[in-house]
This record gives sequence, structure tokens and C-alpha cells, in this order.
Amino acid sequence: MDSMVWHSLFGRFVWIDLPVVKAWQDPTISNIIAGAAAMIAVFGALAGLGLITWLRKWRYLWSEWFTSLDHKRIGIMYVCLAVVMIVRGVIEGVLMRVQQDLAVNAPGILAPDHFAQFFSTHGTIMIFFVVMPLISGLVNFAMPLQIGARDVAFPFLNSIGLWLSVGGAVLVMVSLVIGEFSTGGWSGYPPYTELAFNGGVGPDYWIWAVTMSSLSAMLTGLNFAVTIYKLRAPGMSWMRLPLFSWTALCTAILMIFAMPPLTVATLLLAADRYLGMHFFTNDLGGNMMNYVNLFWLFGHPEVYILILPAFGVYSEVVSAYSSKELYGYVSLVIATMAIAVLSFTVWLHHFFTMGQSANVNAFFGILTMLIGIPTGVKLYNWTWTMFRGRVRYTAPMLFTLAFLITFVIGGLSGIILATPPLDYMMHNTLFLVAHFHNMLIPGTLFGMIAGCQYWFPKAFGFRLEEKWGKRAVFFWVVGFYMAFMPLYVLGADGATRRTVEFSNPAFQPWLLVAMCGGFLILAGLASLFVQVWVSVKKRDRLAVPVGDPWDARGLEWSISAPPPEYNFVSIPQVGHRDAFYWRKRNHGAYKPADHYRDIEMPKNTGWGVIFGLGMAVCFFGLVWHIWWMAILFGLLSIAAGLVRSFQRDLHKIIPAAEIEAADRHWLAIAAAATPVSRHLEETPSNEGRAIWPE
Amino acid sequence: MAGVNEPELLHAGLNLANHPSEKQAQVESDVFGFWVFLMSDAILFALLFVVYGTMLDATAGVPAPHTDFKFSSSFLETLALLSSSFAYGMVSLNLKLGASRRWIWGWLGVTFLLGAWFLRLEIGDFTDMVAHGETAQASGALSSFFVLVGTHGLHVTCGLIWIVIMAVQLAIHDIDERVKINLIRLGLFWHFLDVVWVAIFTIVYLRGLLA
Amino acid sequence: MVLRGARQARPGLARIVLTLCLLPLSGCGALSGGFLGGAAGRIANLEHHEFLIVSAILVLVWLPVFILVPLIAWHYRISNERAAYRPQWGFSWILEGLIWIPPTLVVVALSVLLVRYTTRLDPYKPVASTVPALQVQVVALDWKWLFLYPAQHIATVNQLVVPAGTPVEFQLTSGTVMQSLLMPRLAGQIFAMAGMRTKLNFEIDKPGSYFGENTQYNGDGFHADKFTIQAMTMPDFTRWVAQAQTSGTSMDAAAYQNLSRQSLVDHPLVFGQLAPDLFKDILAQKIQPGYLAQHHEAGAHG
Repeated sequence: MDSMVWHSLFGRFVWIDLPVVKAWQDPTISNIIAGAAAMIAVFGALAGLGLITWLRKWRYLWSEWFTSLDHKRIGIMYVCLAVVMIVRGVIEGVLMRVQQDLAVNAPGILAPDHFAQFFSTHGTIMIFFVVMPLISGLVNFAMPLQIGARDVAFPFLNSIGLWLSVGGAVLVMVSLVIGEFSTGGWSGYPPYTELAFNGGVGPDYWIWAVTMSSLSAMLTGLNFAVTIYKLRAPGMSWMRLPLFSWTALCTAILMIFAMPPLTVATLLLAADRYLGMHFFTNDLGGNMMNYVNLFWLFGHPEVYILILPAFGVYSEVVSAYSSKELYGYVSLVIATMAIAVLSFTVWLHHFFTMGQSANVNAFFGILTMLIGIPTGVKLYNWTWTMFRGRVRYTAPMLFTLAFLITFVIGGLSGIILATPPLDYMMHNTLFLVAHFHNMLIPGTLFGMIAGCQYWFPKAFGFRLEEKWGKRAVFFWVVGFYMAFMPLYVLGADGATRRTVEFSNPAFQPWLLVAMCGGFLILAGLASLFVQVWVSVKKRDRLAVPVGDPWDARGLEWSISAPPPEYNFVSIPQVGHRDAFYWRKRNHGAYKPADHYRDIEMPKNTGWGVIFGLGMAVCFFGLVWHIWWMAILFGLLSIAAGLVRSFQRDLHKIIPAAEIEAADRHWLAIAAAATPVSRHLEETPSNEGRAIWPE
Repeated sequence: MAGVNEPELLHAGLNLANHPSEKQAQVESDVFGFWVFLMSDAILFALLFVVYGTMLDATAGVPAPHTDFKFSSSFLETLALLSSSFAYGMVSLNLKLGASRRWIWGWLGVTFLLGAWFLRLEIGDFTDMVAHGETAQASGALSSFFVLVGTHGLHVTCGLIWIVIMAVQLAIHDIDERVKINLIRLGLFWHFLDVVWVAIFTIVYLRGLLA
Repeated sequence: MVLRGARQARPGLARIVLTLCLLPLSGCGALSGGFLGGAAGRIANLEHHEFLIVSAILVLVWLPVFILVPLIAWHYRISNERAAYRPQWGFSWILEGLIWIPPTLVVVALSVLLVRYTTRLDPYKPVASTVPALQVQVVALDWKWLFLYPAQHIATVNQLVVPAGTPVEFQLTSGTVMQSLLMPRLAGQIFAMAGMRTKLNFEIDKPGSYFGENTQYNGDGFHADKFTIQAMTMPDFTRWVAQAQTSGTSMDAAAYQNLSRQSLVDHPLVFGQLAPDLFKDILAQKIQPGYLAQHHEAGAHG
């Protein structure tokens, strides 16, 4: 084909950009791994699509899920996205551990640029396409239920947010099959990511995937904040808000303020790369320090965006599985807000080594340490919540206990890194890698897993089987210690991060242990899949239709499992903190409504799906300089986003009779169920109705 | 849809306190969401201002942006945008007073024309600068100038498209609840652009002209 | 650039088990490469010292959590019928005091420490000494380090030679992407950025060999972006300088252009002459870096 025609049709794509073709022409181990990964991605996707076709589930998925504006379903879809992406993220992590173990004075199995793609995709995926979707998912699912709302404030915006995230994840996955990903790490520091040093498609994939996630997070944060401000049930005053919803609010506020710096950073980088501007270039007045500041102005609050909802989950879990009121609710709220505010004042500690004066470094070092106070307070709050409680060692509770002990270590290494002179020696080493994994795995990820296990019965109507859950805890915790404690030692010894090959033979045993830890974490992930699989098979014995399997305290437990689309038959009146606990105590639970009224709910719509995926195609066009595709799909997406403002008839009415029938059916199940004590919580006799506290 | 043209739903932004109905609360929350969005957008502009401030000296041997500023055109741009805001104020008042949609169309039209005039002037400024070799590619200072002012210009363009869309929706749906909410949001957006422009006029143009 | 080769044998189970058994024994030895086990020189010693103090305080913070969490979780397990149960207990002023005040005091103590040490160990602050500091200009390149000795009129690549017991002042810039210079046993990190100059002061107390590295990822050769440091006595250093000056090669704009191509150097290089103001020209980006030429060549071939 004529090269002009080719270029206008396919941009800068050539066949060698396919990893499979590259592996065929140059079959090194590294290229074969890349080719195989591409094949796995393609066949995995084809198998998934084929399975859906074979099961004839397309119509069901489209009409019941993809187009749904129900916050619970959107939440579950977010979690599904995270589950798909975490598989890739963890496997990449393990392969990096294998590479470093093999590559002590030897090349190992991955070529340097391939290894660089691994750490870049690993970080990008884990932050933007695993933890962020997990947070959006859990908050979406649980927060409206907790505050007694029927949905979030902007259901369509919610769908847009979800599909923007999916679109971003699709871009990252496509980079596995067509072309390559950035080698600039998850933070994408220029000038390394500028055209002069990286002219390929990698940084562009990174820019657009992250931009999509950033926009999604900003819209989601806006939605959550407005929901909590405006849609709380009557009587749900601020000091009665469940702690998870408090953390959701703080996270939402952080998203609103912290995502714009990321968007600005990535778009200015794009301006450099696409329009030839000079924001962060070496020459013509560019200044890479601006990027570093912008990125961490987002990046540090982001850390708390990631951790606060996990703190919320721990607060719920520790109280539920101790059958006890949360200790120090007010100080927990104050601590949460304090962390949220302080998180904007510490971004400079990510670059103590950039040459600012000692006073500036000391100032930001102290502010960083200040965050340790509210965080420490929280740890003690959870600890004292167990005091004089009835503690059950369920999987979520074990994750919480492991978190309490392990997180302190990460916090302390954080204090070390917050001390500028010590940071001078540890920055950019594996010590730093160990530190943030110590915060993100036992902190965020354990919390997210615990949250998924805790609310799973509410979402699906049956409990998760405990045996595999406990195995997962074991593998995750042991795996974490083995994988990351050695990295502290190596980092203190001057081992740099992002390094494909080490020359110091003394590193070898530590890297070996770390690799074994990586495999244990993989086993932990697999155990979680087995847990879900086993639970689905045994779902009849694990069923908890009444909806309160843990004798828990928030409003979300006062309704059936799974909840009806409209959540609450009538919007609850809240008179206490721990509203459902007090209703149970006062024998006010499982009562029919005074009046059954029609309920108006938003109709499903597919425009969000078209918007998000259309944007992904548009950005794919930008990555490859396929301008017709970018323009066409960009316009299509914008149109899809606007169509809805022309439509009316966006709501459907659920008739009172239907609601009453469903409610009375559920109340009959509840009346027939045998209330169980906490000793029998894990037995099939638990149908989701608890013996009420005296 | 129920609630259309109910007297209590005239303008959530202007007569909220007197009508605490459920519908009003719903509209209030819809509008509040847009306030939050603007807050986020304001952060975006704040950061672009900061970047501009740090890159003022990054001229790389090319003349700095301010050497080509003209007081007359930036003053006229300010005039155009501020009066367009006044015009939009008239849209809001007509909405509140329950005027017929012809008035609303009329004032939307005035807003659009003033906005378009602003954009015309701005594009004229930009082409002059480019003609003098002051392109966005020439230096970091110019990059940051064009992106800051250009982002505002892009917002104005979006606002103009939005005005057209609202005019069409007025024709299709008359003044129904959703049209009202979107007109209120559009108003917030348009006034917000004014506020940002005042900052640009002061920090970029006046400061540059004084230098 | 060829950076890959044959695949190494996979670790056997025996090796894993053996390593796990021996690891605790080798714990302290492995730290000798960094400032915790192998600090050499005043800066690293002070940093090591600070690390010990901070760690001691932090252990005090860690202990209560480490003891209380398992203790409470175990004592109040559901099967322990004798443990008290107060489901509505959720506040105590005494406990509030205990959980807010001590952490605050710890942070105050750590902050005082932080300010003192941060000021003392400011990389820009010259090391106090009776001897004037040796000036070295450092240019970070892909994937090598260029050291310019302006007073001695020599230059080296991937090899830093300094007199022990004499303060050294680095002025750093980058001829390529952002990099970060770390000498794990000596002094720590400062970024090197194109068009900008940063500083790092340190002193090595005893003769010996050490190493330094770039810690900020900069491409395919990043893992090999390291240099050796030789600290010698003053007479030895003077001799070394004299010897270096006799080497025929010269570090000037042309040599710099060649050196700033993306490449690895196998052996340290020494240049006997140094063009005046070379560092200033690099800082002002007056010399076109070699990587750009490299890109044009690659573009022409591709």
C-alpha cells in the first residue's frame, strides 16, 4: 500500500509494533514473553466474549448491567474491572521479582525496556485501574445504602465515570497487544517521557489511560460528595454518618481537588508531545520541576484517596466483628478530616532531593510527620474497639488485624523517609518501594478485600465461604512480609528501584526471599478466586436472604440481600448513630412500611457505555496518530454525552403494589428465619437474621 | 413531567429560600453538583496560572508574550465578556420572572454574540502573535501563555456551543424543568468564565503591559 | 546496545530452603554497602546516627501496637466467655488523652530532631574543614557520569577520585533526562537536571573505594549507570592528578558531544585536558547533546 495512504489510515502503526510479530522475527525470551502476553490477552478476551455469546448472555449483560444506572450494579462492575486488572498487575509484580532474583550479575529473562514496561504498567494498573476502581466500587455500592439514599446524586454521571475507567483500562490492555507501554514508570517524569527521549507510543498510551482514569475519578468524587451532602436520610446528621461514609466523603473531596493537578500534568505533557510546546522539555525554557510539583500535588492526596476508604472499611469491620460500638467515633472523624486536609500540604516530600533549601525540606518534613498523629490515633481507635467486645476471627477481621500490625511498620518507615537527611539516602531505592507497598498492600488492598468480603453477602445474598478466605489471609500476609521486608534491607544497602539487573552478589538471598513472597501473594490472589468459586457452588448453604449476616449496625444491613433496586421501601428516619443496631434493640426492625408509595427510578441508558468506549477509541487514535479515528470517535463520544440532555422520559415508576409484594415476601422470609447467635455465624443456620442484642 | 411550570420552581439560584419544596431540594442538589464541578475547574485554572507565573522568564531568547500585548484588544475582550455576563444575567432574571421564551432566546442571542465577539478578538490577538514569530512552540513562556489563555478560550467556545444547544432545547422542550436546570448551570459556567477572565486580564495582560 | 544474554538456571527448592535458613545470619553483613552498615565520612556518619535515634523512638511507637493488638484481639475472642462485654462502650477521656498526647509528643520530639539534622546535613552546606574543598562538576549522562575537575583541568568518566579527609563540593547538572546521584556509603541524593545546577557537599574520612549510582530511571542502561569512587591520601591524589594530566585526551565540546550519546562505557575514562567553561556551556545547553544526533541517525535508518 502507498505509504501516504497507509499513514493516513493507520497512522504510525507498522507490523513490527505487534509483539507477536516482533517475537517471531527476534525470538528472545523477553520478546517471547511479550508475544505470549499479547496472545493471552487476545485469547482471554476472545474466550470471554465467546463464553458470553455461547451462554447467550449479551442481552442480559447489556440490559441488566452495562446500561444500568443503579449505584449497586455500577459498584459491582467497578469491582469486576479491578479484579480483571489485578490479575495482570500481580503477575507483573511476580515476574519482576523473578527477573530480579535471576538477574544478579546475569541478564535474567526480561530485556531492560521490557522490564521498564513491567514496572510502568504494574504501577499504573495497580493505582489507577485496581485500587481506584475498588474504591469507586465499594463506595458506590455501600455509601448510598449507609446514608439511606435511593441512588447517588447523578446516576448518569456515575455510568460515565465507570465507562471512562473501563476505557482507560482497555487502553492499557491494548498496549499489550498493539505497540508498547511507557517505560517512564507510573509517575511518567519528563523529560524522559518527552519526544526527545521517547518518541514511541508508550508514553502516549500512559498519558491517555491516566487522563481517562483521572477524569473518571474527578466525576466520581463530585458525585459522591454531592450525594453525601444532599441525599442523607432525614435525621442522618453529620455525627451519625457511618465512618465508611465519612471516609468516602473525605476521599470524594480529595478527588475533586487532587485530580485536576494530574489532568493538568498529563495534558501539558501531551501538549509538549503533540503540539511541540515546551512545558517540561530540556530546551527552550521547559521546566521539569513544574511537572514534578504538579504530579505530586495530585500524587500525595492520591495516597489518601487510596487509604481513607480502606480506613472506613476497617472501622466498619472491626466494629461489626467485635459486636461493639466503634471506639472514639468523634476522634476518628476528626482524624479522618485532619488527614484529608494535611494531605495537601506534604507533596514536597516526594522530592526532598531536588535541591530546595534545608528550611523548605524541614518544613515539609514536619508537616509529613504531623499526618502520623491522626493516623496513629486511628490505629488505637480500632484497637480499643475490640476492647470488651466479642471478637470473631473471620477473614475480613483477620485482614484487619494483619493490617493493624503491619501498617505500623509502613508508617514508621514513612517517618524515616519524611526525615530529609534519611530520605537523601533512601529516596528512589527499594526502601521506598518497600515503604509504599507496605502502605498500599496491608493498608489499602487488605482493606478493599476485607470490604468486598464484608459486603459480599449484601450484594449477592450469600456469604463467602470462610476456609478459603482464611487461606487467602495467610498467603497474603506471609507473602507480603516475605516479598517486601527484604526490600527494606536492600534499599538501605543502596539497591535502586526499577533496576533490571543488580551487580552485588550480597543481594541474591534477599531477592530470592522476595521472589518467594511474590509467589505467595499470587497464591493469595488465587485463593480469593477459589473462595468466590467455592462460595458460588455452595450458595444455597451460605444464603443470607434476610440480609444481616454479621449482626452489623449500619442502615445497609436493614434491607434484604441482595437489596431491591430502590434500596429502601421508604426512606428511613435516623435517630441514632448505628441506626440499624438501635432499631434492632428497640425491636423496630423487619416491620412493614406504613404506606407503600410509587418510587421513581432512573431508566437504563447505553450512552455512558458509548461515551466511555468511544473516548477510548478516540485516544487510541491519538496514540497512533490516526487522526480520522480520533476526531470521529471524539465527536461521537461528545454527541453521546449530549444526547441525554435532549431526552425526557428518563425515569420509570415502580408501582406501589409491586414494592409492597416484594417487601412482604422478604418480611415473610425474615419472620420465618431463625435468629442466630454470633457463635453460629459461620454455619448454614445463619440466614442473615441475628439474635437481637439486649 | 410533573412539576413543569409549578410556581415554586422558577429559579433555584435566585428564589430558593422561599420555596423549600422537595422538588426545589432536588434542583438545588443538581445545581450544587455544578458548583462543585466549577470548583474543580477553578483548580485547573489556578494551576495553569501558577505554571504561567513560573515560566514568565523562560523565554529562551524569543520575545516574551507580553511584548505583543495590546491594551485596546484585551480591554475590548474584557468589555465583551463582562457585558455578555450581564446579558446572561438577563436570561436568569427572565427565567425567574417567568417571561416567555422569546425573551430568553433574545438574551441568549445577545450573550452568544458578545461571546463570539470576544473569541474573534482573542483569535485575532493570537494570530498577530503567531505572525510575529511568537508561537506556542517557540518558548516555555509562550507555551504557558497560549495554554492558559487558550484554555479559557476553549471554555468560552464550549459555552457558546452550550448556548446553541440550550436555544435548540428551548425550541424542543419549551421551558421545562431540565431546561431550567441546565440554563442555571450554563449561567454559573458563563459567569465563572468571566471571573477567570478578570484574573487573566489582571495577571496576564495588565501585569504584562505594565512590565 | 545488547544487554541481554543466556538465561540463568531456575533456583532449586534446596537453594530456597538453604537461603531462608541462612538469611537471619547474613542480615547485618548485607547492610555494609549502604550508610547503615558501611557509613564512611562525616555526612554518612551523621545520617547513620540520626537513623539510630529516629529508629529508637519509632520502636517505642511500634511496641504498644504490636503488644496491644494481639493481646486485646485474643482476650476478647468470642469463645472467651469470661471476658467482659460492653457493646455500648465507645469513649473514655483518659484513653483519648493516651492516644492523642503521646503521638503528638513523639512528633514534636522527632520534629526538633528533624530540624537540627536537616539544617546540619543540608547538601548545599559546605563541610566545615580547615582544608579548602575540592570542586568537582558533575554531568549526568545516559548512562554514565562525567566528572570535571576545573582546578586540575582534567575530567573523568565513571570514576571519581578524591583525596580523603578533604571536603568535596559537587556542582551537578544533567546533559540528558533528570537523574539522581547517590553514593550509598557517603552522601545522598541530589537531582541533576538539564539547564539547572544543584550542589552536594561531602567528605570521605578514610582512603578506600566506594561506589555511586544514578537512582532515577533513565532508560535501557539505567542498571549500569554507576561509578567508582577512589579516596586516596593527598600525596596520592596529587600524583594521580599529575598522571592524569599527561594523558593525551581532551574533554571539550566535541568529546562531550560524543560522550553524551546514549551508551555504556566499559572502563572508566580519564581526560588530561579540560576545555574552560565546558560546565557552563553544558549548563546553558550551548552544546547540542549527542543523543539528538543519535535520534536523527536512527530516524534516517528507520
